[in-house]
Amino acid sequence: MMETEVTMANDITWGRDFDAALSSAKDKLVLLDFTAAPM
Amino acid sequence: MYPDPRVVDYVTRHFVPVRAHVKDNAAAFKALGDRFSAHWTPTTLIVDSTGAERHRIEGFLPTDDFLSQLMLGEAKAAFARQDYAAAERLYRDVMDRLPNTDAAAEAQYWTGVSRYRATNDASALKATAQAFVQRYADSTWAKKASVWA
Repeated sequence: MMETEVTMANDITWGRDFDAALSSAKDKLVLLDFTAAPM
Repeated sequence: MYPDPRVVDYVTRHFVPVRAHVKDNAAAFKALGDRFSAHWTPTTLIVDSTGAERHRIEGFLPTDDFLSQLMLGEAKAAFARQDYAAAERLYRDVMDRLPNTDAAAEAQYWTGVSRYRATNDASALKATAQAFVQRYADSTWAKKASVWA
């Protein structure tokens, strides 16, 4: 796993670098989540 | 909503998820917040590969409502790239799979628009207006479709 990724207990692996995600998204959409929830 | 396994599964299969946390990732939260004018949490954006925002979900939603909004966002992205056949199918999925959500009424409206765009047949709009008499008659989308009757 890259350092820029965070795995939550609920199993979604959240990236932290939006532009990297955009570059790698290909035919997928990027889900950008602004949150204050406990990490 | 994210701990719900249906949401986890849907997000994992359909999206590249990125999180900007107000404290733990404050610099990104500020920069991306300014970039997309997102200054409240939770705010969830669906962004296409060009970097264009295609859908925005602000505030907490229960699982079915959140899932339906994700599906709506996918349909909007298809519509934006003028793939009207895909958009119609995706909008219809919202109505078929999560019919009791607010998104379903919006999806019914855009299903008709997508079909019209794909076929240039105005009867698709009239049929949509008629459908709103039977379903989601009290929604804002029914009012918007009423001009097609």
